[in-house]
Amino acid sequence: MLSLAAFAFLAPSVLAQAHSAPLSPTNIFSPDSTPAHSIFRLSIFELEVEGAIFVVVFSLLVYSVGKFRQRKHDDDSEPAQIYGSNQMELAWTVLPVLIVVVLFLTTAQVIHRVQDAKRPPGAIEVTVVGHQFWWEYRYTQYGFTTANELHVPVSDAERTTPTYLALLSADVDHSFWVPRLAGKTDLIPNHPNSMWIDPQEEGIFLGQCSQYCGTQHAKMLQRVYVQSRADFDRWVQEQKQPAVVDPSAAAGAALFIAKACFACHTIQGTMAHGVVGPDLTHVMSRDTIGSGAVPNTPENLRKWIRNPGTFKPGSLMPAQDLTDTELEQLAGYLQTLR
Amino acid sequence: MATQTLPPSAVPVAHKSGALRTILEWMGTADHKKIGLMYIVYAVLFLVVMGIEAILMRIQLAHANSTFLSPQVFNRLFTMHGTTGVFFVAMPILVGFGNYLVPLMIGARDMAFPRLNAFSFWVTAFSGFLLYGSFFAGGGFSQAGIAPDVGWFAYAPLTAPAFSPGHSTDYWTLSIMLAGVGSIAGAANMIATVIGMRCPGMTMSRLPLFAWMNLVMGGLILVTISPLTAAQLMLMGDRYLGSHFFDVAAGGSVVMWMHFFWIFGHPEVYVLIIPCFGFISEIVPVFSRKAMFGYPAMVAASVGIGFVSLGVWAHHMFTVGMPSYGNAFFVLTTMVVAVPTGIKIFNWLATMWGGKIRFDAPMLFCTGFLFQFLIAGLTGIMLATAPFDWQLGNSYFVVAHFHYVIVGGILFSIFAAFYYWFPKMTGRMLSETLGKWHFWVFLIGFHLTFDFLHIPGLLGMPRRVYTYDAGRGWETWNFIASIGTIFQVIGILIFVYNMIQAYIQGPVAGNDPWDAWTLEWATTSPPPEYNLARIPEVRSRRPLWDIKHPEDPDWKYE
Repeated sequence: MLSLAAFAFLAPSVLAQAHSAPLSPTNIFSPDSTPAHSIFRLSIFELEVEGAIFVVVFSLLVYSVGKFRQRKHDDDSEPAQIYGSNQMELAWTVLPVLIVVVLFLTTAQVIHRVQDAKRPPGAIEVTVVGHQFWWEYRYTQYGFTTANELHVPVSDAERTTPTYLALLSADVDHSFWVPRLAGKTDLIPNHPNSMWIDPQEEGIFLGQCSQYCGTQHAKMLQRVYVQSRADFDRWVQEQKQPAVVDPSAAAGAALFIAKACFACHTIQGTMAHGVVGPDLTHVMSRDTIGSGAVPNTPENLRKWIRNPGTFKPGSLMPAQDLTDTELEQLAGYLQTLR
Repeated sequence: MATQTLPPSAVPVAHKSGALRTILEWMGTADHKKIGLMYIVYAVLFLVVMGIEAILMRIQLAHANSTFLSPQVFNRLFTMHGTTGVFFVAMPILVGFGNYLVPLMIGARDMAFPRLNAFSFWVTAFSGFLLYGSFFAGGGFSQAGIAPDVGWFAYAPLTAPAFSPGHSTDYWTLSIMLAGVGSIAGAANMIATVIGMRCPGMTMSRLPLFAWMNLVMGGLILVTISPLTAAQLMLMGDRYLGSHFFDVAAGGSVVMWMHFFWIFGHPEVYVLIIPCFGFISEIVPVFSRKAMFGYPAMVAASVGIGFVSLGVWAHHMFTVGMPSYGNAFFVLTTMVVAVPTGIKIFNWLATMWGGKIRFDAPMLFCTGFLFQFLIAGLTGIMLATAPFDWQLGNSYFVVAHFHYVIVGGILFSIFAAFYYWFPKMTGRMLSETLGKWHFWVFLIGFHLTFDFLHIPGLLGMPRRVYTYDAGRGWETWNFIASIGTIFQVIGILIFVYNMIQAYIQGPVAGNDPWDAWTLEWATTSPPPEYNLARIPEVRSRRPLWDIKHPEDPDWKYE
């Protein structure tokens, strides 16, 4: 309790210094985007108000526990019986009412500012589709789809380019939460939602699904790559290209069809157009596999294809019955998809 | 009211002998005290079960990337832990105390409907065992899933057959539905008892606060369990009868499940905490040796909380995409709850002010409650602030917050109630030394676990994850929280040992060991089946004070 009290006071100052010595890459007190900043300022104000309330009531409690305890030398007489006091009870009714009014008005202002923000022209739009247990990102305005790693341009004073996310779900409820960029918003089947971010610094921002969605809810991780406008544009150009089939990987490409991988996965420029699993057109451009479960290394890729349950038990991708040669060919093919 | 007859036993037991006779006597009883005790013992049993589930989860989460539990098992554990805790520990234990104490406190011979009372208990008892039956049969033909793993609020469409094959979800649904039947019958009985069975002179303005709280609790149960039961019927319809309430492909709505669940789920918190307010309001005055400060305000605040709590449910849904004015509305209603809650804390404080406080075990736990409930209230206001909730919602901060309410508030006050009324229920005193050990060890464990669990929430850790990667800054806090459970377990073991020890050979309590003022202390410990030999006539809120202080009775001032 005391640790919590101390924490309530120290939190803002300690946690806000996360830039110099990062306490956590997902610290809500280290905002880097307007919605997260608005929430941060509101929460500091609220922590100050509540800190004051806490100090007053806590002190009164400690005082009365210490002061009014029965002493050894006390006689058996009962203390004076007091049945109430209208003035005092009115006071501790009116005062909280005033505090509630102040907190409510401040809160309503922030709700309005974040939720009803006008969308500026030139905003990037991405449709996010939640799946058990990965993220689909559709860049409809550019005509391509990717998975698990969201790329957005930095939004600075020079060029304000917020990213608006349309949130959909392909199966059950999920929730989009990258704490340093914005609060969370749920992805609900047949209930389209939206949110926006305008990150002001380049870097990788982490998050993860925060609405329980089934067996592998824990490994439905998120990575947001905030890039300079030039880097972002280059990335978009690369993602728009169809896959180039390397002649040396023809056997693997054939296996992708023969083993029915195409039923679930899309590779643009080939006949694979499945929509159940992540788009693999440029799978090697991603740093992780399994929605952030493991780094995208050749060895992990092979283990994943063989049996996704090694890294992510309960993943909906079935284990593949492949010979070592077939596995080598298939993984070799995927490794050409840059 | 004064001429009611004794409730008949449903099973004739005179010709049976020994253990069988005892068993039949308890199974067939319609005595509110025996039923109350059965509720309490039943709940303690499930408290141990849910505790074991919690320990397993804390072992898993003590380190990053732990492989102690599979995700499937972890998901079943938190579902069962939550469901058990709400429906088969907190509800029955509070209903049990209400059952035992309210008729005694209002000078009645029994509840208004003794047989309905027995029915409520046995239905509730069966529903708990039914839930755990899923461990043996929940897989169904497909053998998919053993126990329910949909989370205690079971959001659609995770409960649809496509995502929950097998029968584990059916066990959950049917069990909640049955428990609801028991709760509704019990609530109707409690309301009828408090309204209709009070002894002469006991007007509503002289009703002990614990009885008042049970009345409010009963009203809330009637209003809120009904939508929950309705939602279970709809879910069963979707799963087996081809209805489409939550089937979006056929025009249903999964958000509707959230509304149905939380219009139950939020008032449920008050269903649980309001009788605990009753415990505190009985114990704090006795151990401060003062009358309750501001009784009318306490009643008004509780009834007020009851009403307001019916209009706050969507604060569990700030992240589901309600329009800004909808979010703002639920921010306001939720914050308004702080006002009557503040009144209660200040009135308890004013009761202690100027008293001669005796810090026996019941009062120690009440003091713990006051400190912890204050913090739980403050973190509650943070979560009521919709934008702050967009960050904190569904994170470990929420987990820490509601365990502060449920363990730091509700469980601490239940411990206080055990130490206070155990002598009345068994005729034996619990050991004061062991009680103090229990208090301090459990207090340390509680704060180690739940203070520190707030922090990973602030650092972005969502709830219901079976594991997490290193490097997020979550390991230390989770490890400390897991260490805390060791202290909590030791505390509980001391408590259970104390109860068994005292039951067998504790010092005899006598009628009124605490020098208290309500009617249950006017009869023997344990009370005879008929409670009070003569139905009393009361003239104030503290009838025993009036008898003990004829020179300065309460009725002169009220």
